[in-house]
Amino acid sequence: MQTVLSELRTAVVLTLLFALLLCGVYPLAVWAGAHTLFPSRANGSLVTDADGTVRGSVLLGQAFRSDRYFASRPSAAGSGYDAAASSGTNLGPTSQKLADSIKAAVAAYRAANHLAPDAPIPADAVTASASGLDPHISLANATLQAPRIARVRHLPLATVTQLIAAHTDPQDLGILGEPGVNVLLLNRALDGIK
Amino acid sequence: MNNANAWFQFALYLAALLLVTKPLGLHLVRVFDAGGRTFLDRLVKPVERVTYRLIGIDPSKEQGWLAYTGSLLVFSSIGLFFTYFILRHQDRLPLNPQGFAGLSSHLAFNTAASFTTNTNWQSYGGESTLSYFSQMVALTLHNFTSAAAGIAVAAALVRGLARQSTLTVGNFWVDAVRVTYYLLAPLSLVFALFLVSQGIVQNFSPYTVARTLEGAAQTIAQGPAASQVAIKMLGTNGGGFFNANAAHPFENPTPLSNFLQMLSIFAIPSALTWWLGRMVKNQRHGWAVWSAMAVLFIAGALVAWKAEAAGNPIHQSLGVAAEDGNLEGKEVRFGVFNSALFATITTDASCGAVNAMHDSFTPLGGLVLLFNFQTGEVIFGGVGSGLYGMLVFVILAVFIAGLMVGRTPEYAGKKIEAGDVKLVMLALMVLAATTLGFTAWASVARWGTDALNDAGPHGFSEILYAYSSAVGNNGSAFAGLTANPANGDPHWNVTLGIAMLVGRFLMIVPILALAGNFAGKRLVPASAGTFKTEGPAFVLLLVGTVVLVGALTFLPALAMGPVVEHFLMNAGILF
Repeated sequence: MQTVLSELRTAVVLTLLFALLLCGVYPLAVWAGAHTLFPSRANGSLVTDADGTVRGSVLLGQAFRSDRYFASRPSAAGSGYDAAASSGTNLGPTSQKLADSIKAAVAAYRAANHLAPDAPIPADAVTASASGLDPHISLANATLQAPRIARVRHLPLATVTQLIAAHTDPQDLGILGEPGVNVLLLNRALDGIK
Repeated sequence: MNNANAWFQFALYLAALLLVTKPLGLHLVRVFDAGGRTFLDRLVKPVERVTYRLIGIDPSKEQGWLAYTGSLLVFSSIGLFFTYFILRHQDRLPLNPQGFAGLSSHLAFNTAASFTTNTNWQSYGGESTLSYFSQMVALTLHNFTSAAAGIAVAAALVRGLARQSTLTVGNFWVDAVRVTYYLLAPLSLVFALFLVSQGIVQNFSPYTVARTLEGAAQTIAQGPAASQVAIKMLGTNGGGFFNANAAHPFENPTPLSNFLQMLSIFAIPSALTWWLGRMVKNQRHGWAVWSAMAVLFIAGALVAWKAEAAGNPIHQSLGVAAEDGNLEGKEVRFGVFNSALFATITTDASCGAVNAMHDSFTPLGGLVLLFNFQTGEVIFGGVGSGLYGMLVFVILAVFIAGLMVGRTPEYAGKKIEAGDVKLVMLALMVLAATTLGFTAWASVARWGTDALNDAGPHGFSEILYAYSSAVGNNGSAFAGLTANPANGDPHWNVTLGIAMLVGRFLMIVPILALAGNFAGKRLVPASAGTFKTEGPAFVLLLVGTVVLVGALTFLPALAMGPVVEHFLMNAGILF
């Protein structure tokens, strides 16, 4: 009985001590370091207008419905790009629902971009990402949308293509991951053209 | 998808893993020695001393296996109650800017069991359920302590193997404190700051409301994520700060953060094999165990990668470009290769963090992940749990080899006797029975099938995945499954909670008994007839044992899920 009680006491005290150090001191130390070294990133890499209005985050995608903007990927986060409810569709490979939504997305994409009825569509354009907040689209996807953007905005195609290149995140260290076009920054740059 | 580039990334990953194994292993030697010196002593030693005084233990006094087990169980239970209490009452605690309510009793039980057992199954949805306080205190505590406890058990088992004719296997409190102070906390601190540099958030602000370019409102979840994500990976916990886990751009923003998160999952489990070699005075044995793990890892990663790169013929017939592979549930910045690699690593190790949605993987890709659980999470495995799980298979392999040549099996100079093999089989069989038993129940129960997101064989895979993940203390999910339904049905939360506790503690207790058994044995000098636990023959035998035991136990269940789904997908059948 004596040992059981002393073991219990040890466990309780160690739990409280660990809570103080690992759940108090440690996150606060990271917080302090983060806000000294990388304040903008620690706060969510927010994109703000000159007047201070927050327009989103560099790291998070947004829904773009207008044909004046490059479209993001389909999203299952809330009602689409809900950055307080990240989620994928979690539909499996033999899901009728998933096949239906891909079929509809393929048709819509071909129509919006005046593509041939049998043109293969980049996979990222018609599938939902894991987070529902993917900030990127593939280079192939952006390139296929470029003529539409040029037409609607009365811009030379070369200007649009240049903007795509300027907002493509390269692979880290030249080899890691895949390159991707940051849709929010690209669309903001389009709006910035006088 | 550039093929050569993917191979290069794979090679880079393996090289990096190999590179950290020995230095970290050397550090472990000092951490596991109660009197060991490390470069952190000047800073940490005083804190360590004060800790022992406060908790009232004498660090020079070792425990027998029974006392060691007792301390571990008491410590884990206290942590379980601590977390349960905070989750239930988060509405009355500070740092809750979104005003989330307290959790239901069964969700709080599930989550507390989940984090106590190093599983980190997410029945809750991070940013939509938990306050910053719950994340930072109730969950992060276990990210450290469950990792430390797992590593402690591995340390006790290896000490048991390395010693002879003694009664003690170490002191649990000393192991837990030293692992936390000299290994987990300092590594996490550095890693967390690196993660912030990549874009992971670390703040206490309420959620930000942005006005999108099209003028809509977008609410952006915030929080102290970096400090939690660092230990979530290093401790192979895997519980996400956000619902989408390491797929969320705030939790894994760049390919570089992704690479280092993958490395941090395997780093400690890999170093532990080096430490094993050092302790049993046979470094080649340590590398042989490492090699067996690496063979299984590489094989799994290649199958998963190729399956995802081949994509889904049904979707391709609808117009999706075939060369893009399967991108449903994957992020553009990671692509097919890094999603498949991360998925393999996180299921090899009992981590459970995900950077892609496993539910949307192709059937063969999903099969690899399921099989990784079902071989017992021993392919590098969870911190500590991977090594002690693999040692169970080592003992089994040596036993089988002994039977084949008709000699008394020996391992690390110790005779393996009937009692040892019984303990090994007990551990393996309880886990298999729990996984398959619960899966069978849920498959025929209304509460079980109501939770599914998919019909047909994929629905069965969702159930099998859930219990395999829970028993294996992994925590990743075929996340279409709704374990915490809106109607409040508690079956999933409770059965998964029980499965996690069984998977953790009914493994740990026989393992520690085994440690005690071995510590008491005498060393027998090696002879010409001793089976060598090093070299390719041993690696092959070990790999064979792991695969065979897993396959014999789970092949029928796998046949009903991913295997049949693979053929149906190729035939174009939908559900």
